[in-house]
Amino acid sequence: MKLELRGITKRFGDFTANDRIDLVVEPGTVHALLGENGAGKSTLMNVLFGLYDADEGEVLLDDEPVVFDGPGDAMTAGIGMVHQHFMLVHPFTVAENVMLGHEDVRGPAKLLDVEAARAKVREISERFNFNVDPDAVIEDLPVGAQQRVEIIKALSRDASLLILDEPTAVLTPQETDELLGIVKDLRDAGTAVVLITHKLREVQAVADTITVIRRGKVVGTAEPTASQEELASLMVGRAVTMRVDKEPAKPGETMLEVDGLTVVDDAGIVQLDGVSFEVKAGEILAIAGVQGNGQTELTEALLGVVPADAGSATLDGEVITGRTIKEVLHSGIGFVPEDRTEDGIVASMTISNNLILDVHDKAPYAKGGALQPKVIAEEARKHVEQFDVRATGIDQTAGSLSGGNQQKVVLARELSRPLKLLIASNPTRGLDVGSIEFVHKRIVAERDSGAAVIIVSAELDEVVALADRIAVMYHGRIVGIVPPDTDRDTLGLMMAGAHDEEEAA
Amino acid sequence: MTATVADAPAAPVSGAPIPPKKWGAAIALGVIALLSLIFFGFGTPAGSTTKFVIARKTDFIQLPSLTVPSELAAILLSLVGLALAGWVAYRANQRRKVGIWLPIVYGMAIMGALLTWAGAGREATSIQLTGLLTSSLFLAVPLVFGALAGTLCERSGIINIAIEGQLLAGAFLAALVGSMAGNAYVGLIAAPVAGALVGLLLAIFATKYWVNQIVVGVVLNMLVIGLTGFFFSTLMSDDPSLNQPIGLEKLPIPLLSKIPVLGPVLFNQNLLVYILYVAVAALQIMLFKSRWGLRVRAVGEHPKAADTVGIQVNRTRIRNTVLGGAVAGLGGAFFTVASGLAFGKEMTAGKGYIALAAMILGRWSPRGALAAALLFGFADALRVQLGAIGSPIPSQFLAMTPYLATIFAVAGLVGHARPPASEGIPYKK
Repeated sequence: MKLELRGITKRFGDFTANDRIDLVVEPGTVHALLGENGAGKSTLMNVLFGLYDADEGEVLLDDEPVVFDGPGDAMTAGIGMVHQHFMLVHPFTVAENVMLGHEDVRGPAKLLDVEAARAKVREISERFNFNVDPDAVIEDLPVGAQQRVEIIKALSRDASLLILDEPTAVLTPQETDELLGIVKDLRDAGTAVVLITHKLREVQAVADTITVIRRGKVVGTAEPTASQEELASLMVGRAVTMRVDKEPAKPGETMLEVDGLTVVDDAGIVQLDGVSFEVKAGEILAIAGVQGNGQTELTEALLGVVPADAGSATLDGEVITGRTIKEVLHSGIGFVPEDRTEDGIVASMTISNNLILDVHDKAPYAKGGALQPKVIAEEARKHVEQFDVRATGIDQTAGSLSGGNQQKVVLARELSRPLKLLIASNPTRGLDVGSIEFVHKRIVAERDSGAAVIIVSAELDEVVALADRIAVMYHGRIVGIVPPDTDRDTLGLMMAGAHDEEEAA
Repeated sequence: MTATVADAPAAPVSGAPIPPKKWGAAIALGVIALLSLIFFGFGTPAGSTTKFVIARKTDFIQLPSLTVPSELAAILLSLVGLALAGWVAYRANQRRKVGIWLPIVYGMAIMGALLTWAGAGREATSIQLTGLLTSSLFLAVPLVFGALAGTLCERSGIINIAIEGQLLAGAFLAALVGSMAGNAYVGLIAAPVAGALVGLLLAIFATKYWVNQIVVGVVLNMLVIGLTGFFFSTLMSDDPSLNQPIGLEKLPIPLLSKIPVLGPVLFNQNLLVYILYVAVAALQIMLFKSRWGLRVRAVGEHPKAADTVGIQVNRTRIRNTVLGGAVAGLGGAFFTVASGLAFGKEMTAGKGYIALAAMILGRWSPRGALAAALLFGFADALRVQLGAIGSPIPSQFLAMTPYLATIFAVAGLVGHARPPASEGIPYKK
């Protein structure tokens, strides 16, 4: 099926998310839609899928104009979409999720024909080697398998155009390669695939055509043979360096020593299993691993958000486990949480108030129980300028800032204390390339000023770019600590739990 | 490669997934059985007897009444309870669950011990078994309808605190319309209309204006109390012919109603109770085996996922809330036309809230709602019966037990009760 978008415009209030976008997707091709976060890719696909109404423009399928009233119409027309956040009902089985919305019924009572749905799942699963059990419950499945369920869902409705929205965000490198293989198989079977992504490597691997979107507009098309630098500069609008410029580390004394740290969650599951390592002053230790392998628990246990059930952490000779969070923070730890909108900022509060969350009860910001607005404002102005926070003013609410600017506010707050250790969890998740560069520079600067740094990241590129040493976590344990020039395949295998004694030296 | 795909690379949960051993249930059952042994077993005067009357005089088959030595029976029944608690502990040690039979048998044993003890040495009175069961079912009727209403709404993602108001509105309209028509069955038809209207108000506020559903529910309850109270003291007291005690007659089912004990309990009831049987069975099947049920549950769990496959989320929610309201309204008819009583101010007396508890204890399923409501109904009937024979326990304490059980159940002692993930959250595009 051939898809054509003509002059699609979508506005949210004053903000134009899509500005007269033209796009043609030919059958049997992979069309990559490349752009930074917030460039308007997902909005465009949601318009196409009938979730949003376009303000202007039209959609043509096989040269016939169509109007979709909702996702149901889009699916009937043969468009399937795998959303970035999976649209799966967790307590349901695979078969139930696949049949939802177009259920077959049988018998006089018109009850669900579960057997038909099972057969369909099995048939598609076998055709593309998905290895998915129709009776498995979604919440028991790993993320990669859930994604294949989403693809089965689309294919079971005979989708001839499949939209994949940032499909690799949650996958290991190996799972990513498998997915790209599936995309190729689908293309060869005649399906048109739209791949929405900001990851250049994937685009180069599978795309037949590339359309680059920036700030809601199509800024150009590119051949898959284009270099990463070309694609990146098209995407960002200026030349970008893909590498982080940093001097070799000059590690000093051991700053943080973690010994057998163990965390057991409320359900009795061991989330962090006797983790031991050390970080020296002036060194970045990056923690790699697929999300949910104990990284969150590690950072939270260091900070004291979750209590350690065994083991200890020592910062510059002082034990920090078992202390209150406040004591830990003021002993010289800076913490950039992984979910900035949930844990990093208070969205409804102003930028200036967010900047003093950690010191609001201390002089000179507070005197005798009363806040000192003048001092706070002055300090906030300084930070906003220093960290290049793009805002209308320091009284703008933090929640109304873009992701990159929110993260700058978090960094400005956390880096304003004298730090011995900086812990940053996925510090650049969801940020545009410009902000990523900025965040990386500040982190390296912190290292160079003599702090120990722990970076947790699910993005292998980021880990490799920043790390002086890489610790790989799997199932709550550190599988190994390796130098940053370790090749990706080895890292990928370690992230999947493979234990190589030599590598793990 | 494919063989390892599913398990190897990305196991989302880290650590060793060994579930902890859960001793809570075993300890609770053991303590209760032990208390039963001490109080009911050894607390029964030696040599006394307890008389259980199994059949009523009107029953088709007359079974002889049963007289047992009180102390021995209470001790034996308590020991059965203790043994079952031991079995639960044994299974917990193996991290295995016990079947549904266990709590039923356990409950019967402990209740048996209680009744034996209460009836000990009172030759003049006896424990009316059939009567006890009949009134259990009878008292459970509004709770079952209320819990079904709650299940219907919450499975689609709307919290229905307004069950109380829906019951009351149903009771009121059934009495009014039934009296006007001079026919209780007409009242039975009117009752769901009243409940559905309350449900519609809830649905509109919840889906269109995104008002907090618990607040709307409570306010609707107040509204219905106020409105029915107003009409009761004006319209109905001005013209008593508009509020008459008319009742549905009993419709014994041939043959089935002749079965000893169960026959008269289950099959010599009025139409509302028969509707209840059908409603529980139909909704159980519909909710878990039909297209409609799958969609409703999807909307309650993950509305956006439902939307992306073309299911109208808010339409489903409105429809279910109105249907739920109608079911609760029908249950409201219990208080007036099904009991042969005239309408009285605030006559539902909090039964709607108890129905909510039954819904939670029944884990949002029609079958569970029935079981939980029967438990509450039994406790209520027991209170009445023990009050009648003059038991040594203050009846208020007995009346409390099912609610204590609910609190423990909801707190996770009997297993974690998981509500639909999106209940109470408005769906905004």
